[in-house]
Amino acid sequence: MLQIVFDALSLGSLYALGALGIALIFGVMRLVNFAHGDVIAFSIFALLWPSTDAMAIVFAGNLPWYLLVPFVLAVGAGLSVLCEIVVFRRFRNTNPATMMIASFALGFVIRYFLLMLYSSRPKSISLLPELSQPVEILGARLPLLQLITIIATIAILLGLVVFLRRTRFGLEMRAAAENFSMARMLGVRANRVIMGAFALSGALAGAIALIFGIQTGTADIQMGAAVMLMAFISTVIGGLGSLAGAVLAGFLLGAASVVMQVILPVDARPFRDAFVYGAVILVLLFRPQGLIAARGTKERI
Amino acid sequence: MSTSSPAADTTLSAEAIAARKPARFALAGKSIVTPILLVLILLAIAIATTMIGSKPFNQVIIDVFVRVILVVGLYVFIGNSGVMSFGQIGFTCLGAYVAAWLTINPIMKKMSLPGLPSFIMQAKMDYWQAAIVATIFAGVAALIFGRILMRLSGIAASIATFAMLAMINTIYSNWDSVTGATSSVVGIPIVRSIWPAIVVFVAWLHSISRAGLALRAARDEPTAAAASGIDIPRERLIAFTVSGAIMGLGGALTAHSIGVVTPDNFYLSLTFVTLSMLVVGGMGSLTGSVLGVVILSALIQGLRFLEAGVPVGETVLALPKGLQEIALGIIMIIILALRPAGLFGNRELTLTRNRSE
Repeated sequence: MLQIVFDALSLGSLYALGALGIALIFGVMRLVNFAHGDVIAFSIFALLWPSTDAMAIVFAGNLPWYLLVPFVLAVGAGLSVLCEIVVFRRFRNTNPATMMIASFALGFVIRYFLLMLYSSRPKSISLLPELSQPVEILGARLPLLQLITIIATIAILLGLVVFLRRTRFGLEMRAAAENFSMARMLGVRANRVIMGAFALSGALAGAIALIFGIQTGTADIQMGAAVMLMAFISTVIGGLGSLAGAVLAGFLLGAASVVMQVILPVDARPFRDAFVYGAVILVLLFRPQGLIAARGTKERI
Repeated sequence: MSTSSPAADTTLSAEAIAARKPARFALAGKSIVTPILLVLILLAIAIATTMIGSKPFNQVIIDVFVRVILVVGLYVFIGNSGVMSFGQIGFTCLGAYVAAWLTINPIMKKMSLPGLPSFIMQAKMDYWQAAIVATIFAGVAALIFGRILMRLSGIAASIATFAMLAMINTIYSNWDSVTGATSSVVGIPIVRSIWPAIVVFVAWLHSISRAGLALRAARDEPTAAAASGIDIPRERLIAFTVSGAIMGLGGALTAHSIGVVTPDNFYLSLTFVTLSMLVVGGMGSLTGSVLGVVILSALIQGLRFLEAGVPVGETVLALPKGLQEIALGIIMIIILALRPAGLFGNRELTLTRNRSE
């Protein structure tokens, strides 16, 4: 039982972190960033630099953890900001569909760039293997990593709350998310806020990459996409632009996946995802504006 | 569907109905040029390639024509309603499997897909019959799904349609007694270019029909349209169904053009490729959707050609592997940055545009 709870929490953490990354950018730019998943993949492959061999961890992978973690986060943030400067800056004020396709095209570019360097075979990386050892808590045996994932997520969330509520930059970002043009008129610098949002979102992508890399022991180009889809769905269910909603929905979605895996009859288990997506449609039918509707996204006439 | 009668009917209906109403086929008469021109362009491409006549190139052209069907199908819903749907490829998947079920040799079906009901098991149809059944099947599926989903709008509708696609994909990937879960082979790889022509005309007919016009009004001014008595969910449902049927036809023809269907053929990558073609061409325009496919396909083909290597003097110049996709992505971003509404925006290809406006 406890095992299920922890499974749900750790899966939910991943979704929640991904959803936050998307919601942050959506809040300030109304951009659904499909390149996010590829930023995740890029961050994990950064560990293999500068080698392209299958096994080798030449440079970054051998760093001690207190350097490794900031390194991956910085790579994610750096790439994300670069995307903003090179591409998304040109798409402000275009319609959402165009932005969406542009972000998809950008993700495509990043993905094939990785493919060109590393080929499509997943690379095995042994990243901090000591984290895979099980620990015993309240009678349930859990991998230490699961615990760390959950704790790290909670820490990140708390940090983010403090950042958004207590700092000037956070205030500006929240103002921009609520009403971007009004915020600009009151002296919020658009470029700075948007770049901040991208940097944060990229760092979150780096965090997901780390957790994923340690969990699976592989660096796979596809891995960003899987998290990304669920994160994307959580963002919408949570209420686009609402950070709290994104986190809540991420955890709910993780819980739904894990619980359905347990309670569905064996024959129906392969179809688990179909049930999860069915539940998503149901939620949307009853709350099309999301669980927690963001104030800035209400339709105005 | 005949194109010769409008002139005669115009006068008749103008007399019968009060003068404030515009002549019934005035719009048809004015805009019929667009589908005709588009079909002529497609025809020209087809003829040009048969003249060149190399086999792989013909396969490419068949792919392009199938893509035209898919993207026009997307246009019918997305372009006219303005609601981004990620789910239409799900109907392509349904259509492709119906075509596979109905055209594979019954003996082979008994071995590979033992779970099929017996009337499908015994069926052995011509490809065009199967394509029609696939169209109807996908259309009905779209009607059922749309009945539920069309209450939503905006990004919620996009995600709900995506969830639908994922559901279809999950079910078809795991229901191995009926869908084989992995791969199943069909026999007939012939696709005639007449299909995209029909689809272009169907899309045009829908877009100038009462439902299509109402839907576009709702896309541009939802509040005003609703206030004028347009039932938005209903108009969307009509477009969704027409679009679903076209996607189903496209799926059947995809199955026939490559001979193999797997659920993952009809999932995210196809969704994004077709959506990109639509958006790059111009979401709100039939011309854009058709020419978007042609232009992007030409681009892809050109890059592949470069990747294979071009002999220059004694050396062969070739792009490194993988650069083709990267270049494609970059070119798409540049096109969208320069023309955010797509290459054609909301405009259609006509003969008179330059003179009259």
